[in-house]
Parts: sequence; C-alpha cells; structure tokens
Amino acid sequence: MITLKINGQDHNVDVEPDMPLLWVLRDKLGMTGTKFGCGIAQCGACTVQINGVATRSCVTPAAAVVGAEIKTIEALTDSGNSVIQKAWIDHEVPQCGYCQPGMMMAADALLKDNPHPTDEDINAAITNICRCGTYPRVRKAIHAAANNT
Amino acid sequence: MSTELDLSRRSFLLTSSLIGSAFVLGFHLPANAANTPDTEINAWIVISADDTVTIRVAHSEMGQGSFTALTMLVAEELNADWSKVKAAFVDPRENITRKKIYGSMSTIASNAVRKSQEYLRNAGASAREMLLSAAAQKWKVPANECVATRGVITHTPSKRTLSYGAVAAAAAKLTPPEKVTLKDPVTWTIAGKPTKRLDIPDKVHAKPIYAIDVVLPDMLHAAIVQCPVFGGKLRSYDESSLRNHKGITKVVPLENAVAVIGESYWQAQRAAKALAITWDEGANADVSSAGIATFIDNGLAQAEAPSARNDGDTKGALAKAAKVVEATYRVPFLSHAPMETQNATLRFNPDGTVDVWAPTQNTEAVMSTVAKIAGIDPLKVTVHITYSGGGFGRRYGPFGTSDYLEQATKIAMAVDKPVKMIWSREEDIQHDYYRPVSAAKFTAGLDTAGNLVAWNTRISGHSLLSMGNPAAIKNNMDEGFLIAFTDNPYAVENLHLDYAMRNTPIPVGYWRSTHHSQNGYFRECFFDEIARAAGQDPYEYRRKYLAKAPKQLAVLDTVAKAIGWDTPAPKGIFRGIAQVDAYESFVATAVEISLNADGTPRVHRVISAIDCGTVVNPDSTRSQMEGSVVWALTAGLYDQITIKNGRVEQGNFDTYPMLRLADMPEVEIHLVPSGGFFGGVGEPGAAAVMPAVCNAMLAATGKPVRELPVIKHNAATA
Ligand code: FES
Ligand code: FES
Repeated sequence: MITLKINGQDHNVDVEPDMPLLWVLRDKLGMTGTKFGCGIAQCGACTVQINGVATRSCVTPAAAVVGAEIKTIEALTDSGNSVIQKAWIDHEVPQCGYCQPGMMMAADALLKDNPHPTDEDINAAITNICRCGTYPRVRKAIHAAANNT
Repeated sequence: MSTELDLSRRSFLLTSSLIGSAFVLGFHLPANAANTPDTEINAWIVISADDTVTIRVAHSEMGQGSFTALTMLVAEELNADWSKVKAAFVDPRENITRKKIYGSMSTIASNAVRKSQEYLRNAGASAREMLLSAAAQKWKVPANECVATRGVITHTPSKRTLSYGAVAAAAAKLTPPEKVTLKDPVTWTIAGKPTKRLDIPDKVHAKPIYAIDVVLPDMLHAAIVQCPVFGGKLRSYDESSLRNHKGITKVVPLENAVAVIGESYWQAQRAAKALAITWDEGANADVSSAGIATFIDNGLAQAEAPSARNDGDTKGALAKAAKVVEATYRVPFLSHAPMETQNATLRFNPDGTVDVWAPTQNTEAVMSTVAKIAGIDPLKVTVHITYSGGGFGRRYGPFGTSDYLEQATKIAMAVDKPVKMIWSREEDIQHDYYRPVSAAKFTAGLDTAGNLVAWNTRISGHSLLSMGNPAAIKNNMDEGFLIAFTDNPYAVENLHLDYAMRNTPIPVGYWRSTHHSQNGYFRECFFDEIARAAGQDPYEYRRKYLAKAPKQLAVLDTVAKAIGWDTPAPKGIFRGIAQVDAYESFVATAVEISLNADGTPRVHRVISAIDCGTVVNPDSTRSQMEGSVVWALTAGLYDQITIKNGRVEQGNFDTYPMLRLADMPEVEIHLVPSGGFFGGVGEPGAAAVMPAVCNAMLAATGKPVRELPVIKHNAATA
C-alpha cells in the first residue's frame, strides 16, 4: 500500500511500486482525464504535474512520486474554468480532444514557470503530439492565457 | 479503493427515456426533464414542452465538428432558438427498427455534411412548416399570416405568439408537407455563422467522453498481442511464462492473437509482452518493402494496362513532341495512428443483452459486428456512443472497425465480467489498414513553343476497392484509385491514363484524404516538372491549363496573391504552389520554405484556400484545414510504413514520428465559398500541401522530389 497525494488529497493505493502513475490514475482511481497515447514518453497525452513540473505519467513509477504533489487535469477542471481552459474554449482548440488534457497540463506548467512565454519558449516546452493538428491554436491559446493572468 | 463512475448516470451518456433510446452526449437535461413531455416531430427533431429542441445526429464525431455542423443545418431550417438546441446521437438500433430512416451512419470520405445536408435541411424545414400549421390551426388563421423566428411563432396581424414547445404535440399529428423550399444560404442566421462547437466544453474539462474512459463495476482489462506477420496464425503459447506475473486473470487465445486479461491494463500489457508465443507465420513471412517496390515497379513497366481515359492520340502526339518529360513518383504505406488507440469495452448482461463502448466512425458497424460474433440479434446490442479520439478512416466500418471489435467481443465472451481491451500503440501501428503503396509513371510532351500537348499516366498500386468491395472490380480497374487523374482538370488534348492493379499482402484502407494524398502529390509535382521543362512559371503555367476550370483557378489565385507570388521571395526562401479538388471541394496551397543544412525543408508558411461551396461552421472549417496541413506535413516529411519479414518495422512515435509544435509553420486559411454546393472539409485540405512543399524544394534545388517521405528523398539524393 502506498499513499499518493493527488490534487491535494491523499489516496491509499494497493499497487506494485513500479506501476506507472498513469495506470494508477486510470485503472485504480478511475481518474480518466489523463490519457494513454504511447506508453513510452513520446506523446504527452499522459502529462501530469509533479511538484509543478510537467511529467509524463506513463513512465513515472508510482513509488517514485510518493510524497510529491501530483496534479492532474481534474484539478484544473475542479477549480472551475482555469485560465488555460478558458483560453482553450475561447480559441476552440480541441478537435478530437484526446491529446488536450496533456496539452493543457503542459501549458499550465509552462505558464506557472514563465508567465509570458515567447514562441520559442512554447516550442521548447510543448512537445506533446496532436494527431489532429491543433498546434496553431495551442500556441494562440497559450499566448491568450498568458495575457489573462 | 477504486472510484466507479457509473457512466449511465452521468452527463456522459445521459439517456432520456423520453427521447427513445437516443443518447444525449455532453449535455445536461434541464432539471425538470423527467416531467417534460417530449414530442418527436420527425426522426431528426424532438421538441420538449419547455421549448428545448433536440436534434439527432447519425454520424460520428471524431474531431471534425460535424456533430455541431449537422445540428446547425437542421436548426437553421427549423428557425430554432440556438440557445435551446441540443444534439443527440442516434442509437443505431433505431436505424433497424425504423427501416434505415437515418440513412448511412458511416462517417467517411468527408461525407457527414456533404451527403446528408439535403435530407437534414428538409427535415428541419418540414418540421418548421408543421409547427407553423399547428399554430395557425389553433388560432384559426391562415398559415401564411404566421412566421416562425427563433423558436417562436407569431401571428403577424394580431401579434399573438406561441412557442414551439406549446404547439409541438399538435404539430406532430399533422401530415408532413409534401414539398418544402429550402432557404437560400445567404439568408442563414445559424448555419454559416461562426458557432461554438458543442463538443468543446466536455473536451476541455476532460470529461470521460471516450470509449477508453469507461469504468464499469468489476471490469477487467485486456491487452493483446497479434501475430506480427500479416495473415499469420497463433500456434501455441506457454502460460507458465507468466508464472511470476501478478494480477493476471486469464489468457485467451484467438485465431491470430493472444489476449491477456488482468486487473489493470498495465499488468495485462506487461504479461502480454512477456508471454512466450509461437506463431504460424503463414505465407507472408518473407514479404519485404524491397519486394513490394519491385512488384509495384513491374506494374509501371508492363506493356499494357486497363485504361481509364484515352483522349486524342497520346502516343502519336508524344512521338511528334519537341520535348518529352518523364518521371516516376512513389509513395509508401502509411498508418493512421489516431491518438486514442483501438479499444473496446463489452459487458454481457444476464438478460442476454450486451453493452459496448468503442471508438468508431460507424456505430451501426459496431452494433452489427458485436451481434455477429456473439450470435445475437443486433437489437440486443446497446452501443454507448462516445466521441472518438481521432479516426482518419481507421475506424470506418465494415473492415476498419471489425478487427478490434471482433477481438474484444470474443475476449468478453471468454470471461464472466466486463472487459476493456486496449491496443498498445505498437499493436495499433503494426496492425492497421494502411494508406496503400503506389507509384506513377509519367510521360509528357511539349511542342516547340512549350505547350503541353500530351500527357501519359500509368498508376501502379494496391487497390482499395480490392479490400472494401472486390466484387465491384471489373476488368482489373479501380477508378477511385485514379482520382485526380480521371478528372484531371488541366486541359490537355492528348491524355492517356491506365492502371496496373498491384495488390500486396498488406491490408490497406481509407486514410484521411485517401487517394488524393498520393495522386495530388504525383500530379501537382509532375506538373511543376512540365512547367520547368517549358521554361515557364509553375503558377502561370497552371493558370493557362485551368482557363476553363474557374473554381480551381479561383483558389489558386487566392493563395498566389496571399503569398505574394508576383514579388520575389526573401533571400533563402523558396515558394511552391499546388491545387487539388477533392470530395467536391476545391483547394490550393502555397508555401514558403528554406533548406536546412542537410537539405531537408523547413516549412515557414502555409497558405491554403478552400472553396467548399457552402460553409456551415466557418471556425470548424478553418480548424479542419489547419489540421489537414499538419496531417499532410507529418506524413510527407517523415513517415513511412516499411515491411521486413512480413511485419511492420515501425512501432511507436519514436519510429513513426509526428510533426510537433516546434516544427509547425505559420498557417493562413482562406475560405472562399462560391455557393451552390456542399463540399467536404475534413480531408481536401491535406491534398495540396505536400506537392506545394515539394515544388518549393524543386525551386530551391532544381531536383524534383519524386519520392515521399521527404526524408527518404533526401537520404537518397544526399
Ligand atoms: S502516453 Fe505517456 S507520453 Fe504518450
Ligand atoms: S485534438 Fe485530436 S489528437 Fe489533439
């Protein structure tokens, strides 16, 4: 049994220590906002924040994040319309939407770190894959959110 | 310790018993919904006493925005109040019990709006007339003294009003009008106006709206390993290899795969990878990309092939030509790789019914596949309709949907609990229905003045029709495979086109923009080679041969103007242009690139224009055009599926790379609808991008790019 602090709440989970956080969230806690896309840290669909840092949960063993502050997309949503989500809605960013929780978590971490990122900063920080091709809107929405904070 | 989301009780799949069995996805019914009598005016429209209008959508939503666009079209003719409109997916069982009243529910070939706009608009107009008549009868006034605006009917002389909800029950009893007149789109107030997509809020708030998100009590998880060689079978497996694996419930053998079932997907997947399996690799174990390339090239070389077009005397004109231009172009297999991998969850219920969740482009095919495998009446299958995390043709029924659904059904039949099966990304990329390989061999003739006098085209490649509907093949011809050439818009007097069908053992399927993805590239790049041989500007040379093709010309002119074709490009920047018509829309793209030190292109700007006739939702159309740019660049710059020992060599995004934000050019979209028709918007935009990029590379280097992906061309010419 390990204890994970997710979105400010302690969860006791009975899992093998090397089970990736992604699957603890999805299959043990029913928190399905965080998505599976590749399982090898390539796509970023599984992005969560660990102590504020955007992290690919598909390759993050549960045991490695015991004691850390884990933030998932559910926290953004529960806070009402976060600045990021508002920008995402205003710019109609999602197409199929599947990559977007990961995109938003990465964007949220970027803005916490760097409230007014340049295009170059965005290029460096947002390495998530969107198969539908929403990149131009992701960029616009991040700039809009930056101007709104 | 697990949080069970009973999805049937959440907004995710809110079932209104009053609206038959249609599912309302992403909407909260008003609090008093249960007491609000709902009236079905016709198969597409339900009006509640509280004036809520529910519009049914038969097509799937995979990100293309048609859930909203189709609803807008009905609401427009209905003169509904958009703020009171909800959309609901049609339960595919209704299409059986109501004798195909919803038509084809398959969402493919950019058809959602294109093929259904007319009957949907008719349904809206017909319902509007019935509501007006019901109000007029109530007031005992002539119907032509009444008008309907935003869900309210007004008797103009007396200024009395009635809402749609108030007359819905009476309207439903009337006979639908025999004929209705559809509005001229210039008078539209809902359709054609930028409208917020209905699916966006739930997507932004990460609601459990995808099949992969379903959580059921006692649910187990399945991972799958399929025979890596196409056509191979399972011989045996050694369960003792899983001795030390925790959380494993069962191993289920399938004909060409093994499924491992466990308490979590991760445990199941880990065990599936560790399982010792022996395959009977079958007849394709030595198939390779090199062998396939030779097989395709033989198709180019063979003397005769069935022809699809034979205008004038191409042979004679070529013999007399002052100059002959020859080139061979080639493209590889490509995978769809939707972000949500193939998956399906099934629950067999004690009463003999089945619940199923699966991403799809065709809910009817989900229903029928499950029913067929389970040996039950399709009406016993409840398809819980979800949004699909991409589709791009991969999840089109019948063959594109059946593989993962058949597996998931068999797996669920083997255990007594609900099971969610998920394909790993590797399974997804290695067991796809690929964009077919194909090649084109061209010979063009110019006269002494540089006029294009003859154009011969031989296409060789793996027919899609051979996969989808082999019975329809006559005389070894698949005309669909030759699109962009059968209707080649360039006015050339002597034009010959033929096709050598070369079907490989690799499964092929519909892939966003389908044949236009290769034929647009072949034709438009070769056209630049012709223009170059004629010593003429590729844009002007196109204009000359499109003089009688005004729609093609209009989009071409739009992008040429926007990129500043008549002014020199900045130093180090090269331009390319191309135009393609596809799915009844007309598109053109102009690009600016520079060359990296290794000769690969850096794409700086992409300007695309589309004439889809009538725009239903401008912002969604733009978003589809933007997405099409990414789709085309990803494939054209980086991707290929190659075969070795009968198996796919690529596996995940490390070997099948995707364009990312840092490589994203600036994109500018021009909507130039010319009216009078409804063209597709999800795919056409992909067709002209790569030829424009390759034409810019030709301008930069003088070397045509005759093979995709570009990285392969660069490796070959380095
Ligand atoms: S699922 Fe974790 S990066 Fe793709
Ligand atoms: S919106 Fe579909 S993958 Fe990004």
